[in-house]
Amino acid sequence: MDHFPTNWGRPRNDAFDPYGTYPIHQRPAVKDNFAEGVQHTQQPIVTGTSVLAIQYKDGIMMAADNLASYGSLARFKDVRRLHAVGTSTVIGASGDMSDFQAIQSILDDLVIDEFTHGDGHDLGPAEVHEYLSRVMYARRSKMNPLWNSLLVGGFRDGKRFLSYVDLLGTTYSAPSIATGYGAYIAIPLLRAAVDGKQDQLTEEAAKSILHECMRVLFYRDARSLDKYQLAIVSEAGVQISDQIQLDTTWNFAEGIRGYGAQTQ
Amino acid sequence: MFRNTYDSDNTVFSPQGRLHQVEYALEAVKQGSAAVGLRSKTHAILLALKRSFGELASYQQKMYRIDDHVGIAIAGLTSDARVLSNFMRQQAMSSRMLFNRPAPVNRLVGSIADKAQVNTQEYGRRPYGVGLLVIGQDKQGPHLYEFSPSGNSYEYYAMSIGARSQSAKTYLEKHYESFADCTLEELIKHGLHALRETLQQDKELTINNTSIGIVGPGGAHEENVTPEGNFRILEGDVIQVYLDSMIPKETAEGAAPQAPPPAPAGAGTGEEDVQMGE
Amino acid sequence: MPDGSFAHPQQRQFNPYSDNGGTILAIAGADFTVIAGDTRQSEGYSIQTRYAPKVFRLTDRAVLAVNGFAADGNMFVKKVKQRLEWYRHAHAKDMPLRAIARLIQTMLYAQRFFPYYVYNILGGIEEDGTGAVYSFDPVGSYEREACRAAGAAQSLVQPFLDNQIYFKNQKAAPGTTHPAHLPLSDVLSIVIDSFTSATERHIEVGDGLEIYVVVAQGRSPQGLDAFRGAQELSTQPNGDRMFIIRRELKKD
Repeated sequence: MDHFPTNWGRPRNDAFDPYGTYPIHQRPAVKDNFAEGVQHTQQPIVTGTSVLAIQYKDGIMMAADNLASYGSLARFKDVRRLHAVGTSTVIGASGDMSDFQAIQSILDDLVIDEFTHGDGHDLGPAEVHEYLSRVMYARRSKMNPLWNSLLVGGFRDGKRFLSYVDLLGTTYSAPSIATGYGAYIAIPLLRAAVDGKQDQLTEEAAKSILHECMRVLFYRDARSLDKYQLAIVSEAGVQISDQIQLDTTWNFAEGIRGYGAQTQ
Repeated sequence: MFRNTYDSDNTVFSPQGRLHQVEYALEAVKQGSAAVGLRSKTHAILLALKRSFGELASYQQKMYRIDDHVGIAIAGLTSDARVLSNFMRQQAMSSRMLFNRPAPVNRLVGSIADKAQVNTQEYGRRPYGVGLLVIGQDKQGPHLYEFSPSGNSYEYYAMSIGARSQSAKTYLEKHYESFADCTLEELIKHGLHALRETLQQDKELTINNTSIGIVGPGGAHEENVTPEGNFRILEGDVIQVYLDSMIPKETAEGAAPQAPPPAPAGAGTGEEDVQMGE
Repeated sequence: MPDGSFAHPQQRQFNPYSDNGGTILAIAGADFTVIAGDTRQSEGYSIQTRYAPKVFRLTDRAVLAVNGFAADGNMFVKKVKQRLEWYRHAHAKDMPLRAIARLIQTMLYAQRFFPYYVYNILGGIEEDGTGAVYSFDPVGSYEREACRAAGAAQSLVQPFLDNQIYFKNQKAAPGTTHPAHLPLSDVLSIVIDSFTSATERHIEVGDGLEIYVVVAQGRSPQGLDAFRGAQELSTQPNGDRMFIIRRELKKD
């Protein structure tokens, strides 16, 4: 208990001191976590790296690895960055993982609200994406963003859906989308393999393209992991795979000076 | 002085378990001119009788567009209807803003029913004095709902509200089984026949006193209807063709001699005002 | 501040804005207006998508092109459309073009101290049947003009329009004067040339081109027939007519 009334939160006025507490007690200069009031996310802390997603002939596919980094530290290696929303939508997140988990609970609450109406008007991927865009844009407008880049994919009424939304509320949709490093490293590969061929691309081909891109990202992105999950959304609904291990070869490193243990 | 002892406060039940203020509100609906709604597999339509308060006055507005896919017809206090239609429009817009989705019709009706219910339970409020027929279409096809000041809302194949609506209801109950497969023109014809039943002896339906509201694909006599079949209100000259399609009353009665006579006054016809002081 | 005081300004490092590139333009004729925009959306050096529309139909006779920060732009268009819907509920008709222009001004200025980072160009047909273009800055200053380009390649396109539409630095042949308005076919050629040139010289412009043409009631869309694949968007057969023409632009 602070026994000095002048510290009780009234505006301090040294010229007028009704409690006769002068000389005014100086607070010890300790760091007060609540001093700045509510804290806003100003930078991401525990982060996930790229999410990749493509359209293919029967729906959409999305991939994200299982790593959550703390700066350059590979902190959590079994994190799920793909999340089903309702029966026909999946979202994938890069950026701050705690913000993503907040988003998950917002969307889960929403899905439950819709379900309790019990009138068959549940949310498809387009509705989820629109809602998420509103949430993200509203938070950025309060200067309190949810620090994520998110992909929303799904399949509903015979139609594919794939879109992006980020911490600024920016949205777009395309046959192949990637967040984070994937936008630089995977997108050239995905555009060559997917764009314009979405209607022909088989499930097997789509899987192998994403697998290959995840491998390239693991080689090139220092914040990535060789374990990832794959989400497939089609007529059959949402399936999120078990963890998939990437097999990688590092024997080329033997021949590179300064890369690994040197023998000479 | 009062007709009932327990009617000065809507939060107090009468010993018979009734809320008199709510029942008076239902009477207010019956003061309004009639509105009729019916539904086929492809369309939902509204028909309403517009009153004019004299030669010099315009006809009242009986229908409101809520959104591209929803519209309402009213019977009762127009000012209360404006409050409710405004609320429904806000709900519909909010659904488009948040989800980019037309609001499901049942949820729109449910939201005003919830508002109306609050007015039957909270001290210092009064129930809405208006009933609505709501038509709309969504993923599940066309719908018709009735909203009443008691806070009830139900979905119907066909329904009528307002003054002498029992006569229209009798017509609808007799024919509703054929509505599902009707074309738009046949549906409107049934609607007009039902609406005609609510007229006073010497009156008839004209292009001035009749409104028709439609959701569903454009009909044979319509132009410029969007492919989605957005809600539209037909008034004036364009409804002449539908009025012309009606079977004259004498012939109609001749063709259906077993048609029951109009319900006797007092059975929900609400001809005269509710007498508060006796 | 760590000691609990607010003596110094708080620093926030989150930047709520971005620039998503692209270019828009509009040209008014005597009885028509052309409003166009490319469909590339980019951030930095990354092309986010090759198809994100920047030009939106508001009413049967009004089209709005929005350029700058895409999230603000999309939200702004959405809000304008809802305001127009309320107008429709209240008045059972579409809002006139000059009223939409004033509405846009007040909506932009309402956000004067946290602006929508967007440049708007409104085009369409006025109530007197003339073609009109209104251009806005992000906080709502606006004026009616005959033509305007905005966005990433504004500095490339506007001088070209000044020369071709306003005949700046051109001398009319002896005994003749410059025409006050160009015919639709000339305007469409100028629009397409503007975008192909901007695509060549600006990295944020390209992929696709969407051209809206609004023609006043009763006037023939003469010159449009020469353009393949013009799709009619009109809802009323005897009102103002609206068309959209889509073209590919270079994708590199």
